[in-house]
Amino acid sequence: MNRISKKLQEDKKLLSIYFTAGYPELNDTKTILEKLETSGVDLVEIGLPFSDPLADGPTIQASSTKALQNGMTTEKLFEQLKDIRESVSIPLIIMGYFNPMLQYGIEKFCEKCATIGIDGLIIPDLPLEVYTKEYQKTFLQYGLQNIFLITPQTAEERIRQIDNASEGFIYMVSSASITGAKNSFGDAQQTYFERIKNMKLQHQQIVGFGISNQETFQKATQFTKGAIIGSAFIKHLTENGTQHIDSFIKQIRM
Amino acid sequence: MSTTNHINKEGYYGEYGGAFIPEMLYPNIAQLKAQYLDIIGDQTFQEEYQQLLRDYVGRPTPLYFANRLSEKYNTKIYLKREDLCHTGAHKVNNTVGQILLAKRLGKKRIIAETGAGQHGVATATVCALMGMPCFVYMGEIDMKRQAPNVARMKMLGAEVIPSTSGSKTLKDATNDAIRDWINNPEETHYIIGSVVGPHPYPDMVARLQSIISQEIKVQLLEKENKTNPDHIIACVGGGSNAAGAFYHYLDEKDVNLIAVEAAGKGINSGESAATSQLGNNGIIHGSKTLLMQSEDGQITEPYSISAGLDYPGVGPMHAHLFASKRAEFLSVTDDEAMQAGANLSKLEGIIPAIESAHALAALEQKKFQPDEVVVINLSGRGDKDLETYMDYFNL
Repeated sequence: MNRISKKLQEDKKLLSIYFTAGYPELNDTKTILEKLETSGVDLVEIGLPFSDPLADGPTIQASSTKALQNGMTTEKLFEQLKDIRESVSIPLIIMGYFNPMLQYGIEKFCEKCATIGIDGLIIPDLPLEVYTKEYQKTFLQYGLQNIFLITPQTAEERIRQIDNASEGFIYMVSSASITGAKNSFGDAQQTYFERIKNMKLQHQQIVGFGISNQETFQKATQFTKGAIIGSAFIKHLTENGTQHIDSFIKQIRM
Repeated sequence: MSTTNHINKEGYYGEYGGAFIPEMLYPNIAQLKAQYLDIIGDQTFQEEYQQLLRDYVGRPTPLYFANRLSEKYNTKIYLKREDLCHTGAHKVNNTVGQILLAKRLGKKRIIAETGAGQHGVATATVCALMGMPCFVYMGEIDMKRQAPNVARMKMLGAEVIPSTSGSKTLKDATNDAIRDWINNPEETHYIIGSVVGPHPYPDMVARLQSIISQEIKVQLLEKENKTNPDHIIACVGGGSNAAGAFYHYLDEKDVNLIAVEAAGKGINSGESAATSQLGNNGIIHGSKTLLMQSEDGQITEPYSISAGLDYPGVGPMHAHLFASKRAEFLSVTDDEAMQAGANLSKLEGIIPAIESAHALAALEQKKFQPDEVVVINLSGRGDKDLETYMDYFNL
């Protein structure tokens, strides 16, 4: 069974961490992954940096720019992850924009992911319709779960379509925003989380965007399976390098 | 129009186009896609649009027979005078249309991206006209290069927001405008300035610019007793003026379409914006098209002396015209364009925008017959480029 599906069966709220590969230093990828696993993180999204990350706010943009300056490439990332399954066993997802994957070659990209032991992909600018028509077969062939996003503006009918095409979990964007834009949740989010919960979808939801600490983690997971922290973790890396990852994670799940 | 040169139902020109957008943009794009044809086709929309084009923009723009230029190149050259539009370029044809569309969609706030500032000014202008708040994203570097246009936008009541990410130019301003739309999904309309972006933008902007070729047909019939020229020449950055000048001729095979890209300091100099020569297939700003990118799929920074052609992609219509060989693609260096700008100024008393000067420079590369009719789309005037001309020619 896919590691993501297995993780989703565990009786706990899941904490997922996003970081940009190649940041703060080119070769930090493996160290960060190992430390995240030891500190009790449930799954990790490894960001493949892109020159033009449309859905990301300034923090992740800056980390992508720096990672590219450091020399990060798709090939380099695969090289860094070559033996990752010897030391890391939690589910790993690659999150990136579609163009670098397209240039690498979709089939070759999926094959590489499967060899390494990547469990899923999040590609914000690969729309549902194009995925199901052109790429679903290939993704499934290599055992890769494609994770879709929904937002407070996504219509109910479309949420059902996304649920039908999904594998693993549904990535629930907490509010109309790019990443790192907000750091608190109000009534609107609570209503939205509850509304989605009441839809009784086939796939569980993990919330992303706007989660930065224990309080927002708890609020986000009240009605969902888990939550994702991205920008706040990138800020931690900016200030501390790969030090104190353990204490960053522990204070979220106190 | 069922031929392959126009967009199909799925939003593609051949293999190019589509809407590769994050889910956050889906509701807005879906709404536009569902309604743009009905809105643009609606009679009251057309009446209002045509009236504004006539009384406010100053259309039809003249189709001017350039006597001395024709003599120099020994052929019959007409200039389509988009430079005489209000605000100084063809960009306003699109913004007038899109602001009327935004009103019909019930939107209350307008955002736009701009490179040289022409589209930003055209957007700020129609927002002032309609009393709508206007936010224009512009690369920090471009704001310095095009200070007069920044001042014009401010004068018109728009807020100009510097883009400080990436390379701090047009592509980053476009990214930031898209991010603004993600953050403000409900009351905001994004007026894209070129035939780029996710479907339906390329087709919508092409339709709003198609007034250019619609007028050429009528005007040429008067002057030459035929609707079709032998050649139409237009410059291409994203490609909106070319899309407008080509539109009604796309399926008329007797008309040779010539697209001119900016070669910058030379195709192989590493400082160029000639996408068709240097690019390959990929996705930029939500559209599958030709773009300049690294082997690893990172979008590269283009260069041209003309800020309006300084874009690392072309619209999907142009990618298709290139791939299907329906249009001929030429590229013109900074030096050739500047020379062509100087020539037109001295021969015809018209100072062209440096973008449009690229189209004029094609006359040096192509040999036309004396009885052939060549229409050049003079997309903008050179007022905004005076400083560049001054520096270049030590005026």
